[in-house]
Amino acid sequence: MTRTADLAPQAEGSTSPSPTPAAAPPVWRDRRARNRLHRTEHRWAAAFIAAPVIGFVLFTVYPTVYALYASLTRWNGLTAPKFIGLENYTALFGDEYFLKAMWNTFFYMIGIPIGLTLSLLLALTLNRQIAGRTAFRTIYYVPVISSLAAIAIVWQFAYNGDFGLVNQALSWFGIQGPDWLQNTATVKPAIIIMAIWKGLGYSTLLYLAAIQSVPASLYEAAALDGAGALRKFRSITVPMVRPVTFFLVVTNIIGGSQIFIEVNIMTPNGGPEFSSASIVWYIVRKAFKYQQMGYATAMAVVLGLIVFVITLIQFRLNQRNSFSID
Amino acid sequence: MARKTTTRSATAESRTANILLFILLAVGSVIMLAPLLWMLSTSLKTKAEVFALPPVWIPEVPQWDTYTRMWSEAPILTGFRNSLIVALSVTIVGSVTSSLAAFALAKMRLPGKNAIFIGLLAGLMIPYPMIMIPQFVMFSKLHWVDTLLPLIVPLLFGNIVMIFFLRQYLESVPDSLIEAAKIDGANYLTVFRVMILPMIRPAIAAQFILWFMTVWNDYLAPTIYLNTPSKQTLQVVIANLNTEFATQRDYPLIMGASAIALLPILIVYVIFQRQIVESIALTGSKS
Repeated sequence: MTRTADLAPQAEGSTSPSPTPAAAPPVWRDRRARNRLHRTEHRWAAAFIAAPVIGFVLFTVYPTVYALYASLTRWNGLTAPKFIGLENYTALFGDEYFLKAMWNTFFYMIGIPIGLTLSLLLALTLNRQIAGRTAFRTIYYVPVISSLAAIAIVWQFAYNGDFGLVNQALSWFGIQGPDWLQNTATVKPAIIIMAIWKGLGYSTLLYLAAIQSVPASLYEAAALDGAGALRKFRSITVPMVRPVTFFLVVTNIIGGSQIFIEVNIMTPNGGPEFSSASIVWYIVRKAFKYQQMGYATAMAVVLGLIVFVITLIQFRLNQRNSFSID
Repeated sequence: MARKTTTRSATAESRTANILLFILLAVGSVIMLAPLLWMLSTSLKTKAEVFALPPVWIPEVPQWDTYTRMWSEAPILTGFRNSLIVALSVTIVGSVTSSLAAFALAKMRLPGKNAIFIGLLAGLMIPYPMIMIPQFVMFSKLHWVDTLLPLIVPLLFGNIVMIFFLRQYLESVPDSLIEAAKIDGANYLTVFRVMILPMIRPAIAAQFILWFMTVWNDYLAPTIYLNTPSKQTLQVVIANLNTEFATQRDYPLIMGASAIALLPILIVYVIFQRQIVESIALTGSKS
């Protein structure tokens, strides 16, 4: 509407709605008209961005601020929260279950370097001209897209001491396997093995994409200089895939700090002697089984802080890395 | 690269290496697939065969009725329906809001839009468990607990990862194209519908599928919000089946239901494999 008003005021009553070409240039030089045009654009842009911004404020910012406040209260979620200062936080340090859940959560992260090493080797292998490599890529990727809940159920069954798949396979080699999930020494490794199995295809895919984007000339030059396969791997491949490694380390640590589904399904009671309980598992239990919303929120805030600090450190490190390369 | 090797001995060497690696990959494939194949085989066993020693690998008479009786013995069908309702409404509406926002952020003038975008991205750092409890109380005050609404409504407002991805994708579209459309006096919604949408359709499709998978496979939020069996999503239904039927040692039923929960996504993956793989590879390398 602004268009016809601005561009063709003299064309009133004319049957042609389009302005004459001669009339167009002065309009673009007119600041007021341009401002008006921009204002329309601003309004449209604001309308398009409105949904995610409103959603963000309503479902992320507000709950975050509320969580920070609620962590300072005694609160059952039904009646009004009662302010108690830092009491929840000081209580955390005396809560052996919290400390144990924290320890377990960090322990699970042993799986990250193992999984990344395996997937880098797998990606290198799948990058070669090997028969059936497309089929292999699909097979290794199937666990990634499978639902974690269903997978956890299958693995829980597979870890059964008497008739589970894992111990049946071990018995071929004359090994008498333990009852994996009922044993404090094996329950965490069992969950780690499953997590590696589940995530292997994803990191392999990312590494494969990164390896394929390394310029072949680098390898050719290295070959001319007489570099062997190991040397090429160490001096070319590993540095060139560093951005992917960085991405995977950050996302894996953030994801790993929130491990819940595996623990909740495979060990519904937190494992023998609380040895598999993770921090999120403990938060959910405290909040929704015992209605200790304030206390659970304090734990959640600690988790949020940890994620924040880890991300910050990682980005610092990455920045330094890219500086030294430049 | 291997093809460029000049000396004959090197070619022979790499051929042996490839054969060795092929064997390693094949063994690895067995490990990757074994739990899933075992799930399928168990679902077709009789209860006696499940606990038989020595183990039965292929059931003598496949018990196909596992797959018929589970629909009547457990709320699988309603679980399926609820999962579909959540996943479809979220991804369809959310994709529209996300792509409109991506268009505005990439190609339109708005003071402070980059600050808004960075703010949204920073929000990704906030872990769900931290906002989960306030959100829960918020929705319980609205009497939305034990309905699908808490799983749907927050996601209708768009997906920041998708916005990020589409915005990157739109960066490659020349501004002049859009300027031309604007000078022609096209309304911005029309520009989006006629020009932008067809251009970013492959990117939307890939993100749509990935998002659908995430929502379909979600477990934490559904398990918190849904108590009544007829209102639960499929993942919660099978998880509850697991605790309920394990005491009855009805492992064929549990494994059959787990297989059913995997199936839709596996089919989608097989059909859209290429788009999914490309989209994921791009996500990793662009970060």
